Amino acid sequence: MKWTIEVGRYDRTAGDGRGEVRSYPPPYENAPQRRYQTFEVDLPDHAMVLDALIAIREYQDESLVVRCACRSAICGSCGMWINGAARLACITKLREVARDGKVTVEAPPSMPVVRDLVWDMTPFWQKNRAVLPWLENKEPVPQGEEYRVPNAAMENLIQEVSCISCGVCVMDCESFAVNPDFLGPAALAKAYRYVADPRDAKTHERLGRYSQPNGVWDCTHCYECVAKCPKGVAPMEQILKIRKLAVEAGYRNNSGTRHAVAFAESVAHSGRLNELTLMPKSFGLFNIRAQLQSLPAAFNMLRAGKLPPLLHPKVPHVERIKAIFKKVGGMFSS
Amino acid sequence: MIVDHDVIVLGAGLAGMRAALEAARNGVNVAVVSKVHPVRSHSGAAQGGINAALAPGDSWEIHAFDTIKGSDYLADQDAVEIMTREAPQDIIELEHMGVIFYRDEEGKLGTRAFGGASKARTYFVGDITGQALLYTLYDQLLKAGVKVYEECFATALYMAGGECRGVTAIDMLSGELNLIRAKAVIIASGGAGRLYEPSTNALICTGDGIALAYRAGAPLMDMEMVQYHPTTLKGSGFLMTEAARGEGAYLLNKDGERFMQRYAPKMMELASRDVVSRAETIEIAEGRGIDGNVLLDLRHLGRDVILTKLPQIHEIALDFLGIDMITDPVPVRPGMHYMMGGIRTDVHGATSIPGLYAAGECACVSVHGGNRLGANSLLDTLVFGRRSGRAAAEYVRRTSPTATGEDFLAAEQRRIADLMARPYAGETHARLRLELGTLMDAKVGVYRNEEGLMEALTGVHELKRRYGLVAVGDKGRIYNQALTFVLELGYLLDCAEAVIHGALTRKESRGAQARTDFPQRNDAEWLKHILITHNDGGPPRIDFQPVTITKWQPQERTY
Ligand SMILES: Cc1cc2nc3c(=O)[nH]c(=O)nc-3n(C[C@H](O)[C@H](O)[C@H](O)COP(=O)(O)OP(=O)(O)OC[C@H]3O[C@@H](n4cnc5c(N)ncnc54)[C@H](O)[C@@H]3O)c2cc1C
Ligand code: SF4
Ligand code: SF4
Repeated sequence: MKWTIEVGRYDRTAGDGRGEVRSYPPPYENAPQRRYQTFEVDLPDHAMVLDALIAIREYQDESLVVRCACRSAICGSCGMWINGAARLACITKLREVARDGKVTVEAPPSMPVVRDLVWDMTPFWQKNRAVLPWLENKEPVPQGEEYRVPNAAMENLIQEVSCISCGVCVMDCESFAVNPDFLGPAALAKAYRYVADPRDAKTHERLGRYSQPNGVWDCTHCYECVAKCPKGVAPMEQILKIRKLAVEAGYRNNSGTRHAVAFAESVAHSGRLNELTLMPKSFGLFNIRAQLQSLPAAFNMLRAGKLPPLLHPKVPHVERIKAIFKKVGGMFSS
Repeated sequence: MIVDHDVIVLGAGLAGMRAALEAARNGVNVAVVSKVHPVRSHSGAAQGGINAALAPGDSWEIHAFDTIKGSDYLADQDAVEIMTREAPQDIIELEHMGVIFYRDEEGKLGTRAFGGASKARTYFVGDITGQALLYTLYDQLLKAGVKVYEECFATALYMAGGECRGVTAIDMLSGELNLIRAKAVIIASGGAGRLYEPSTNALICTGDGIALAYRAGAPLMDMEMVQYHPTTLKGSGFLMTEAARGEGAYLLNKDGERFMQRYAPKMMELASRDVVSRAETIEIAEGRGIDGNVLLDLRHLGRDVILTKLPQIHEIALDFLGIDMITDPVPVRPGMHYMMGGIRTDVHGATSIPGLYAAGECACVSVHGGNRLGANSLLDTLVFGRRSGRAAAEYVRRTSPTATGEDFLAAEQRRIADLMARPYAGETHARLRLELGTLMDAKVGVYRNEEGLMEALTGVHELKRRYGLVAVGDKGRIYNQALTFVLELGYLLDCAEAVIHGALTRKESRGAQARTDFPQRNDAEWLKHILITHNDGGPPRIDFQPVTITKWQPQERTY
C-alpha cells in the first residue's frame, strides 16, 4: 500500500529550506518552526508508523533522524506527535491514523527539539531524578533473604513499573503545557511506585515532597496521560492515590495545595485548559475530527464520564496562568 | 574534549550498570558511556526471568549441571560454578534494591519453569523481568550518583603502551567526538543480533564492543555459537518468551501434533533451545509447517494466566499479527536471539589486554558454551558485571593515570571526517546491512555446512569491499544517525567474519553449531574453545583453548 508521510523536520544546523514552514499556536508559539516534508512509502496494510519512518530513513533520506531500538513498545524511544497527538510510533498502525493515506509526524511542540523527531529528554530525566526514584530500605534489611511481602503488594506496582519512560504522557499533559516545571505524569507515577512499596522507609517524607508546588496538586485531571499512555500506567490515577495518602498523612494546608487552588481559580476565570482549545485555526492538522480519530479511548471514557467536555467555552489566557505559576514557584523548578 | 575517570563502563544495560555500581561501591571514579539512554538498553526486552537455585530442593550443583548440559559441555565448569553459586545472593540483592519479584503464598520469592532446567528456578516480574531489573539498576545508579554519558556512541578504544586507556565517543546531541580517558575500560555493550535478519534483538544490538575489542587485539571466543530462539513471531521476528512454554504452552505442527514428543519425549517443549529450534526447522523443512512456521498454542492456559503472566507477548501478537492468543495459536519459527560467544574473559571479566574488561552478552567467560539456557543470561550480566566492576576497581588502584591521547583523538577525528566526506558511490548502509543479515540467516543459521559457510565467507568479504564505498547520507552534525549506522555496519561485518570463521573451524555439531556435514558431537577433537584474533590485512588467527572440566564429564545429551 502507498502511504504519504508528512514529517515535521527541524535542524538548526542545516536550514536547507526543504518543505513548507508552519508554526504552532499558543501556548506553543515559541516552539521552533518545523519544515514539513512529504515522503511516499510502500508498506503493507498492517505496517506501523515507525516502519514508515525507518523505510524513509533507510532508503529515501538518511538525514531523517528518529530514535528507536526495540520496535515493540519496550525501549520507549519513539514517542512523538502523530497527527497532532502524542503516541508511540512503533505500535501505531498507519491505517489507524491515516486520513486519505496520509499521516503527519513531528516532535511534540511541548518539548525542546534536538533535530527532526528527536526531542530533548533532559528535563524529563531531571524530573525523574527529582522524585528520588530509588528504594530507601526499611530496616532491618533481612540478612541473606528477601523481604517478606505479599505478592499482591508487588503486583500492585507492576502498573507503574510498566512505564517505559517514553514521555508520551508528558507531551500532551495540560498542566505541563502551561507550567514546564510541573513534575509531570511519568515522574509522579514513578513516585507512587516507591510510595506504595512496602519495603520503602521514606513513605512519609515522599508524600511531603510530592505535595509541594509542581507536584501532585498541579495535575488538572485532564486525563490526557491516562488516555495516551501506551503501557496502561494511568499516571493520573497514581497521582490521585498520592494525594489521598498525602492528605491522610496530614499534608493538607501546604503550599502545594494552595498552588493548586490558585491554578484552579485562574482556570475558572479564563476558561479551562484543554488541548483542543490549543488548536490552531489555520491548518487542518489539528481539526476536531482528527482529534477524535486519534483518541480511540476517548469514547469509552466519555461513556464512563471520565473525559472532560471536549469543548470549553473560552480560550484561556495562557500567559496569565504561566505568570501565576511563576509567582507560586516550587522546589522542583530547575 | 578530553575527560578523565578511573573506570569507564561502555554500555548501560544490566551488565554495564551492575559493573558501574560495583566499581562505585569500591570507591573509584566510574562513568558509564552508552549510545542510548540506559533504560533504552536491550536488557529491558528480557521477558522471562532470571535463574538462581534458591528454592528448597534446588542447589547450585543442579543449576550448574543443567547449565553445563545445556551448553553441550562447552561451558567452562569453574565459571559455571561461580555463576550458579553466587546467583542466590545476586537475586536477593536485586530484591533488596527494589525489584518487585513475583512472590509465593508465604511472601517469599516465587519461581516459574524454564527450558532446559530440571527445577523451576526462574525468578520473574510478570513478563517484564528485564525492564524491571533495568529500571531498578538505573535507580540505583542515580542513588549512587554515577556519571552517565548517555547518547554517546563509542568509535574506538584508546590503546597506549599495550593497555586500554579509554574510549572515543561521539556525543550525539552535539556531534562532537570526545576522548573519555580512564585507567580501565569495561565493555558491556551487549550482543550482535542485528548480524542476522530477522532477529529478536533491538536495532541497537550491533556488536560494537565485540568489534572494538577485536580490533584492539583481544581474542573472541566461540563466536560460532549463535542461538536461535524457538519461538519468534512470524514476520517481524519478535520474541514470544520461553515463559509461555514454561507456563505450559504447546508447539504444534500443521497436523496439530505436539511434535516435540518425537524429539525430546521427556522435556517436550521445554527441551533446550538448540534442540527445539532444530526440531522446528526439520518440521518446517519436511512440509509439516504452515507457511514456514509452526504454532505456539496457549489457548488451554486460559485467559487469566495469559493476561496476568504473559501480558506483553499477548499484546505483541495482537499488535503485530492481529492474533489474540487467548483464542488462537500464534505462528512462530526459530529466529536469531543470542550470542553465546564474545570477547574472551576470565572469571573476573579480564580480557587478555591489560585494563580491558568485558561482561554481559558481549563477553564469553564461558558460562553458556554451545547453548545458553533461558534466564541464564540476565544472571550472567549481573554476576560477571559485578565481578568485572570489582576487578577493574582493584586494577585501577595499582595503575597511574595517563596524560596522553591528544594525537589519538585527533587521528580518530580525522578518520570520522574522512568517512563523512566520502562521496556517494551507490552503496548505502541499509542495503548492505539487509544483505548481510539475510546472508547470515541463510548460510550461518540453525543448520550449517562447509559449502554454505564458504559462500557466507566470500559474501562477507564482498560486503566488506563494498562497505569501503558506503557514504554517510547525512552531512549534519547534530544527532547524525547515518554516521553511527555506517560505523555499526563496520562492527557487524567484523563480527560476521569471526562467526563464520568459528563455524568453519568447528568440524562437529555441538550446541547451536549444527553442521549437516559433521552431524555428531566429537569430544575427542572438539571439546575445546575456538579463539579468533584480528590480524591486520589477513584472515584472523585461529587458536584453541581447552574447556575447563571440573566434576561433570561430558555425556550424551537427551531431553
Ligand atoms: C527479546 C529478548 C528476550 C530475552 N529474554 C531473556 C530472559 O528472559 N532471560 C535472560 O536471562 N535473558 C534474556 N535475554 C537475553 C538478555 O536480555 C541479554 O543477553 C542481556 O540483557 C544483555 O545485557 P547486556 O547488559 O550485556 O547488554 P545490553 O542490555 O544489550 O546493553 C548494551 C549496552 O551497550 C551500549 N552500547 C552498545 N554499543 C555502544 C557503543 N558503540 N557506544 C556506546 N554504547 C554502546 C548500549 O547503549 C547499551 O546500553 C533476552 C534477549 C532478547 C533479545
Ligand atoms: S491528568 Fe494530570 S498529570 Fe495527567 S496529563 Fe492531565 S494534568 Fe497531566
Ligand atoms: S507513564 Fe506511560 S506514557 Fe508516560 S512515560 Fe510512562 S509509559 Fe510513557
